[in-house]
Amino acid sequence: MNSALVKKDTFALWKKNLSSFWSIYRQNSMGLIGMVILLIFALMAILGPYLVDITIMTVDGVTQVIHPPTSEYWLGTDDLGKDILAGVIVGSRVSLMVGLAATAISMVIGTVVGIVSGFYGRVVDALLMRFTDVFLVIPWLPLMLVMAALLGPSLGNIIFVIGITSWAGTARIIRSQTLSVKERPYVERARAIGSGDTHIMFYHILPNVFPLIFANTVLVAAVAILSETTLSFLGMGDPTQVTWGMMLHFAFSMGAVSFGAWWWLLPPGICVVLVVLSFTFIGYALDEVLNPKLRRRDQ
Amino acid sequence: MRLLEVENLTTYYKLKEGYVRACENISLHLERGEAIGLVGESASGKTTAALSLIKLLPENAHVMAGSIKIEGRDISGATEEELRHIRWKDIAIIFQGAMNALNPVRRVGAQIVEAVRIHDKLSEKEACKRTAELFDQVEIDPDRVREYPHEFSGGMRQRVMIAMAIACNPKIIIGDEPTTALDVMVQAQVLQLLETLRREREMGMLLITHDLSVVGETCDRVAVMYAGQIVENGPTEKVFSDPAHPYTRALIAAFPNIEGERFLAASIPGNPPNLLAPPGGCRFHERCSEAYGLCSNEVPALTNISPGHSAFCHLLQRRVKV
Amino acid sequence: MNMRGYLLRKFIQASITIFIVVFMNFFLFRIMPGDPIRVLIRNPKISADALERVREQFGLNESRLVQFWIYLRDLFSGDLGTSFNYRQPVWDIVMERVPATVLLIGTATVLSIIIGVLLGVIFAWKRGTRVDIVGLSVSLVLYSMPTFWVAIIMVMIFAVYWQIFPLGGMGMPGTFYASAWAELTSQLRYMFLPTITFTLILIGEYVLIMRSSLLEVMREDYMLTARAKGVNNRNLLLKHALPNAMLPVVTLIAINLGFIVGGTIQIETVFSWPGLGRLMYTALTNRDYPVLQGLFLLITIAVIGANFCADILYRYLDPRVKS
Repeated sequence: MNSALVKKDTFALWKKNLSSFWSIYRQNSMGLIGMVILLIFALMAILGPYLVDITIMTVDGVTQVIHPPTSEYWLGTDDLGKDILAGVIVGSRVSLMVGLAATAISMVIGTVVGIVSGFYGRVVDALLMRFTDVFLVIPWLPLMLVMAALLGPSLGNIIFVIGITSWAGTARIIRSQTLSVKERPYVERARAIGSGDTHIMFYHILPNVFPLIFANTVLVAAVAILSETTLSFLGMGDPTQVTWGMMLHFAFSMGAVSFGAWWWLLPPGICVVLVVLSFTFIGYALDEVLNPKLRRRDQ
Repeated sequence: MRLLEVENLTTYYKLKEGYVRACENISLHLERGEAIGLVGESASGKTTAALSLIKLLPENAHVMAGSIKIEGRDISGATEEELRHIRWKDIAIIFQGAMNALNPVRRVGAQIVEAVRIHDKLSEKEACKRTAELFDQVEIDPDRVREYPHEFSGGMRQRVMIAMAIACNPKIIIGDEPTTALDVMVQAQVLQLLETLRREREMGMLLITHDLSVVGETCDRVAVMYAGQIVENGPTEKVFSDPAHPYTRALIAAFPNIEGERFLAASIPGNPPNLLAPPGGCRFHERCSEAYGLCSNEVPALTNISPGHSAFCHLLQRRVKV
Repeated sequence: MNMRGYLLRKFIQASITIFIVVFMNFFLFRIMPGDPIRVLIRNPKISADALERVREQFGLNESRLVQFWIYLRDLFSGDLGTSFNYRQPVWDIVMERVPATVLLIGTATVLSIIIGVLLGVIFAWKRGTRVDIVGLSVSLVLYSMPTFWVAIIMVMIFAVYWQIFPLGGMGMPGTFYASAWAELTSQLRYMFLPTITFTLILIGEYVLIMRSSLLEVMREDYMLTARAKGVNNRNLLLKHALPNAMLPVVTLIAINLGFIVGGTIQIETVFSWPGLGRLMYTALTNRDYPVLQGLFLLITIAVIGANFCADILYRYLDPRVKS
C-alpha cells in the first residue's frame, strides 16, 4: 500500500476525530471554564513579563516594605519591598513550566512502563508492576522531600523529583488499556506480517492508548503543580527563582501570617488553586467525552 | 372479578429533547392462574409496561394515563407507601438472569428473609424456616441460604430469584425475560419449575420475552408489542396459527421453526421507529409490506377477529368491510 | 482461595515492598551526588584525620555490600543512627513524636470519613439540586488547594484576626491547669484548628467518591429488586446501597494514606504541631540526614502496614473477593 496515502488517511481520521471530540467537549461547561482559566494563565505566563514593570521587583524604599495594596502596588509589597503582583505574574512562568516539564517526564515513564508491561506480560509485567506498586504505596511527599533534600535546591532537581515519583498511576492505567488493545485483530495482523515488537507498540498500541494518556496528563499536571508549590513551600525550591511556591515559602518564613499580611499570602495561593482547578475541570470533561458510558448515563 | 385489569396505561420518558413515548394505551387483563406472554423486539416497551404496574420506573419516567386494578381495587393513584405494600405481596417480579438482581454483599437467605418480614408478620426464626422451605421447593440445598450470590451458577441464581418471588405468595408474578441468558437445558428446567409452582399456587403471570417458543410452551394468551403499543392480543394458539397483524406475522416468520427443519429466519426490514417522534398513523407502516395509503395517515382502530382475539390494523377493517 | 492463602500472599507482597523501600532508603542516601561523608558531617573544614575516623565509624570504607549488610543488621536491632541535631538516637526522637501525629491523623481521618460519607450520601440523594451543585463545587475547590495554604488561611482567620484559637503548638509544656477539665479544654483549643484544617483537606475526596459510588450503586439491578420487594427508603439506603457504595471508600482510605502523611507534614509545619511531620520539616531544614532517613523508613513501613490492613478489611466487606 502507498504509504503517503496511509498518512493522508490517518490525518483525515485524526481531523475527523478531533472535530467530533470538540463538538462533544464544548457542550461541557466545566471543561470550557477550565480551558478559559488555563488560557488566561498561559497568556499571563507568556506575555506577563512584557506587561508588568519588572523593575518594581527590585528593592524599593524601606517605607514600602510589607505594605497593603495601594493604587501603585495593586497587591501590596513583600518584606523586601517587591511588588506582589509582579511576583505573581513572573511566578506563573516558572510554576507552569516546572509543572509541565515534570508532567512530561512522568507521562513518558508511565506510558513506557505501562505499554511494555502490558505488551510483554509474564515476568516483565510481574516485575514492572511490583515496582509500580512500590511507587504507588510509598508516601509521595516524604519521598519527594528526601530526594529533593539530597539532590539540592534547583529547578531541574524539582522537575526531576516530581516526574520520577508521580508516574505509577499512569503506568497502571496504560497497562490495562494495553492489555485490551493487544488482543485486537489489527495487532494480530501486524504480528502475522512480521512487524517487530517496537513497531507494534509504537504504531498500533500507542495511538490507541493515546486518548487515555491525554486525559491522564491533565490530572498529573494538576498534581505536579501542587507538588511544586508544596516542595518550594517546605524549603526545597530554588531560592533564586520566583515561583508561587517560593513566594509562599518566603511569606511564611518571614512571618506574614502573624503580620496578617493577607495580600502576600492570598494571591500566589489563589493562582495555584485556579490552575489546579482548571486542570481538574478539564480532566473531568475529558473523562466524560472519552467515556461514552458516563455520558449516556445522564440521559 | 379479574385478577388484573390494565386499561390505557401510558408511560413516557422525559428527555432533554422531549418525551419518549415508550408505552402507550396498553390494555391487558389477567385471570387467576392464567399466564399471558408479552412479546416484541427489544426496546418495544415490554419492560416499561410491566414496571409501570407497580411504578418501579426511573425518575424521568412519567405514567401519563391509565388505570390498573388488582381484584377490582384501583391502584393507579396509590401513594408510594401504599405501593410499597402492594409490591411483592400482590405483584412480585423475577428479573432477567443476566442481571445482578441479587445484592452481591448480602447472603441470599437474608435477602429472602427481608422480603418475607416486610410483608408478613413473622419472627426472624419463622422467616428463616420459610426461606429454607422455599429453597427446598426450588430444589436448592437449604443449607445454601448462607451463601452469597456469586457462589451460585446462573441457573441456581434464577432459582433463588423464583424462591424470593413466591416467598410472600403473590397473586401475580411478572417474569422479565426470566430465562434469557441461561443455557438451553437450564432454561427448560427453570421454566418448568416456574410453571409447576405457578400452577400449584394459582398465580397469574405476565411473562415478558422475545422468545416465542417460551410463550408457546407456557402462556395461555399472548400480547404482541411494537414500538410502545400492543398491536395484537389473543389466545396463544390462535395468534400463532392465524396471526392477524402483519408485524405478528413477520415476528413469527423471523423466528426459527420450533418443530421441523430450521429455515433461514426472515428478518423484518428496517429499524424500529424512534419513539421520541414515532411515525403518524400506524407505527408499523414504514416497515410493513402490506401498507397502503391509509396506514400512514390514520391510527388503526381495534378490530375483533374472534372472541378474545383482536388487533390494530387497517387491513382487518378492510377485510371486515369487504 | 482461602483466607490464609490470601493473607500470606498479601503479607509476602508487603514484605517485598518493604525490602525494596529499605534498599532504596539505603542507596538514596549514598548514591546521591557528593561524598556521603561530606553530606553526613556538613563541615567542609574537617581534618583528614577526623574524616577518616568518621568514615570508619559509619563503615564507609567498607564495600557497598558490606555497608548494606551493616545497615540491615543495625536496622533489625532498632538502631536508626544518631541525630546530628539532637545528639540522640533517631528511634527515640521519632517515638517521642508518634502520639501527637497519631492523635492528629486519627481524629481528622475519622471525622473526614464520617462527615464526607454523610455529605456524599446527601448530595447523591439530592443530585442535580442546588445543594448538590454547591457541595460538589466546594469539594472540588477544597481538593485543589495546597494543604499548607489552607492551614495558613485558617490560622490567619481564626488565630490572627479573630484570635479565638492559638496560633499553633500543643500547649505550653509545664503549664499548670486548675482542673482536668481546664486542661482538656485547653488541649482541645490547641487541637481544634489543625484537626479541622486536616478534615477539610481530606473531606473533599470522600464526598466525591461517596457521591459517585452511591449514584452508581443506585442504578444497579439489585436496587430495583429491593424496591420491588417493598423495602422502604431508609433500608434501601442503609441495607442495600451503602454496604456496596462504601467499598470504594475503603479503597480510597488505603490509597489516601500516603496523601494523609503528606498532609500531616504540611499541617504540623504551619501549626508547629510537635509530631512526626514537624520533625521531618526540621530535619529537612537542618539537613539532619539520619533523622530524615529513619523517619522516611518508618513512615513508609507504617503506610505499607496500614495498606495491608485495608486489604484485609476490604476482603472482609466484599464477599466476592473471597472466591
